Amino acid sequence: MTARTLFDKVWAAHEVVAETPDTPAVLYIDLHLIHEVTSPQAFSMLKTLNLPVRRPDRTLATMDHSTPTSTEQVFGNVPIKVDAAAKQVRQLEQNAAEFGVELFGMRDSRRGIVHVISPELGATQPGMTIVCGDSHTSTHGAFGALAFGIGTTEVGHVFATQSLLQRKPKTFAVNVEGRLRTGVTAKDLILAVIGKIGVSGGTGHVFEYRGSAIRALSMDERMTVCNMSIEAGARAGMIAPDEVTFAYLKGRPRAPAAADWDAAVARWRNLASDPDAAFDAAVDIDASTVEPMITYGTNPGMVLAIGSSIPIRAGDEVLDKALRYMGFHGGEAMLGKPVDVVFIGSCTNGRLADLQAAAHILQGRKVAPGVRLLIVPGSQEVKREAEAAGYADIFKAAGADWRESGCSMCLGMNGDTVGAGQYSISTSNRNFEGRQGVGARTLLVSPFTAAASAVRGRITDPRELL
Amino acid sequence: MQPMVRVHSKTAVIPSSNIDTDQIIPARFLTTTTKEGLGKQLFADWRYRADGSPNPDFALNRPEARGAGVLVAGRNFGCGSSREHAPWALLDYGFRAVISTEIADIFRGNSLKNGLLPIVVDDATATWLLGNPGAEVDIDIEATLLTLPTGVSVPFPLEAFARHCLLNGIDELGFLRGKLAEIERYEGARYAGALP
Repeated sequence: MTARTLFDKVWAAHEVVAETPDTPAVLYIDLHLIHEVTSPQAFSMLKTLNLPVRRPDRTLATMDHSTPTSTEQVFGNVPIKVDAAAKQVRQLEQNAAEFGVELFGMRDSRRGIVHVISPELGATQPGMTIVCGDSHTSTHGAFGALAFGIGTTEVGHVFATQSLLQRKPKTFAVNVEGRLRTGVTAKDLILAVIGKIGVSGGTGHVFEYRGSAIRALSMDERMTVCNMSIEAGARAGMIAPDEVTFAYLKGRPRAPAAADWDAAVARWRNLASDPDAAFDAAVDIDASTVEPMITYGTNPGMVLAIGSSIPIRAGDEVLDKALRYMGFHGGEAMLGKPVDVVFIGSCTNGRLADLQAAAHILQGRKVAPGVRLLIVPGSQEVKREAEAAGYADIFKAAGADWRESGCSMCLGMNGDTVGAGQYSISTSNRNFEGRQGVGARTLLVSPFTAAASAVRGRITDPRELL
Repeated sequence: MQPMVRVHSKTAVIPSSNIDTDQIIPARFLTTTTKEGLGKQLFADWRYRADGSPNPDFALNRPEARGAGVLVAGRNFGCGSSREHAPWALLDYGFRAVISTEIADIFRGNSLKNGLLPIVVDDATATWLLGNPGAEVDIDIEATLLTLPTGVSVPFPLEAFARHCLLNGIDELGFLRGKLAEIERYEGARYAGALP
């Protein structure tokens, strides 16, 4: 039998009908995650066609994008300030009840960002196909699942058939050997990968992250890497499951238990790419050369080592336009630039390991005067864990604003926004124009760099404070 | 869906590359629960000034862009978020096709499902189109040919099934529901009803 990649194996196991030159494959979907923003029109389609959600047992709903993060609005008697967001939340509650879909609603202790809660429940498992109306669904690939973002029409297709029509994408090996140095994180690694491949380098492909540097990462770190696959244009990014994966999943509420566990692990061990498997494309990265990274422009590919200067390229209109928006000039150093807002959170860096990194820097220190530090856990579970570990006390003592879980300031649609012209040092995933608020200027970094920059009030190499 | 055989229209040009879906429709407008009426928020942060008045410098606000049904944009159009609100907004505004040298995967899929035609062309064709805003172009979906007013015709790639659905006004869901017997057989064989 021909050698197969991890992707090939998961794809083949879910092919209900194989593709032909005239028709795409029918791909079975094991787990459908939904949220309040990209589901309402799909539920409306079901109502119009008088169809049920075919497999509510494979569907899990939560609310994260448009939900507020202030405790008064989530748990108090203060209504959600944004009217349209409140309507969206109510609509998901109604739709979930009407169609029999399990919902982790506003006050549910299991609520959180969709890509944080599914792994922590153990619902995300190796070898699965997982989709969600959100491009950062690639996160779940960290478990060796084939997971990708879909549009709302496709959300409707999965509701109605538990399947999708898909053309088979190509494969792309991202080989990362060596060790990340102290102060350099999984976020810096994926930013370096995007910088090397470019924001569309992965279009039409599924990444597989491989090599000793990847195997050395924790699950939280692997999720950070896979999360940003889409920022290089790849709909999905996968990592072969191993002992780290199994140790993470064991005992989680929705992971297989007892005899089922051993059978599942035996099955999962076979998922890794065969030694001779061929990829359509490949790139090699030396982890030991990766520096703490920071973006300087208006897409995640406009990124550099934090100690470097902004490039100068005469006649490059793309660069000029981005620098005009950012208020930067070619040749300027990134270190020392002033900071207005620091955001630590999101599906990229809102897990416990991320908050632990931030706490490590913020312990016994204060946020610089005039800087706003917002720290938003990725889920209510992460919030409880961070409080139990003492991180929340460190954050509050440092002067940070500690919130309920949600997408928050990653995208300006829930009341948490950055002001026009302000500089935001953010652990999120997109530095697009206006992403964090109209006119907001976003610089993407790791939790270490974000926390260090909050303390100094300026862009800071976190290794100075470790 | 209505069958879509041909698009004949003039172009509007936004030359920026890597136009992401947050630019096409900013997240603050995603609190809607319907598909309708998003055209007025298309490219909102480029199209309007802070006071809400039209920004006269933005390509779509120039007189020559009025009535354009084809959008020509720089490389890697539609990257970023999976929001289907992006093609909904482009269609509601009046666009029927988008032309670039590269179009992001999720946006391309979402567009085809809504009757917005994503067309990828070579660098030379893109350069000509970017330099000639307002050009009358003809798009033949049956022949997958884009014809410029110069008379030059260039073929463009279009996935066979998507082309079939566009030409015949077929909703993909109908086709997929036609496979339900196979889907049930698959479920029975593989999962026997329980999650793995």
